[in-house]
Amino acid sequence: MGIHLYRIDDRLIHGQVVVGWGQPLNARFLVLVDDLVSSSDWEKELYRMAVPPEMEILFADVETAIRDHSRYASDPRPGILITGDIASMRRLVRGVKAIGSVNVGGVHHRAGRSPKLRYVFLTSDEERELRDIEAAGVEVTAQDVPSARAVPLSEVLEGESS
Amino acid sequence: MNDAKEDGPQAPRAIVVGHGDFAGGLVSAVGQICGMADKLVVLSMMGMTPESIETSIRDHLSRTGARVIFTDLPAGSATLAARRIVKDEPGLILVSGVNLATLLDFVFNTSVPPTEAARAAAERGKASLIVVGR
Repeated sequence: MGIHLYRIDDRLIHGQVVVGWGQPLNARFLVLVDDLVSSSDWEKELYRMAVPPEMEILFADVETAIRDHSRYASDPRPGILITGDIASMRRLVRGVKAIGSVNVGGVHHRAGRSPKLRYVFLTSDEERELRDIEAAGVEVTAQDVPSARAVPLSEVLEGESS
Repeated sequence: MNDAKEDGPQAPRAIVVGHGDFAGGLVSAVGQICGMADKLVVLSMMGMTPESIETSIRDHLSRTGARVIFTDLPAGSATLAARRIVKDEPGLILVSGVNLATLLDFVFNTSVPPTEAARAAAERGKASLIVVGR
């Protein structure tokens, strides 16, 4: 069991994660890796109340997640790990060296980002960070929901419209 | 959708936010059933960051004077954004898990303030869920 999905999603916990992925994966725990959220009791409570009772939520900053990753990976329950940005996932991949694939689930439009997919907008720095993740031997695909096609990073960066 | 500032009998009383076309569909149904869709403002969150969802809800609250937010899913990003807003602005009400029965009860209950009507409508919405068969 352990972590079945490593996801980058700027909405962190929301319907696509809890229901869209959580149900088919039968996820029983969720690791939210975010330096800001993990340092705020109010933010943690906000997200804790958003998950169903059968799903445990764990909070960690990136350094803690690197340290505790072996515990997540050996958990007998299926789980999901989420970061809210690409840079945090890149730090995690570099620190853990045991992540096989990363799902880009949602990086939405904001100033400075260019459209790549309907749910993926990237700055040039973010493009480079995703390439870094892939260069570390990690499969990087974009896929918002399980029923959608997993789009390889090379296609994402070409700016395929969907 | 009605962007008029509140304080008049025709003003919108709540904002409805949800996934996909959920909010628009619900409000369309309210209009079809009772012709009171103008009491509700539909807000789409498709393709938006959490920050832009929050900003958009705040803008609509400010522009319309609505004091009630209806959202679809407790785990949804609109609900999380609305909870941040409610924390900052006492006097706002968030109802998550909205259904058609909730909205119908809400738009008809004009004898009390919208926030009070929202609480009552939430109870009506809960009671509207029934299971038939065995």
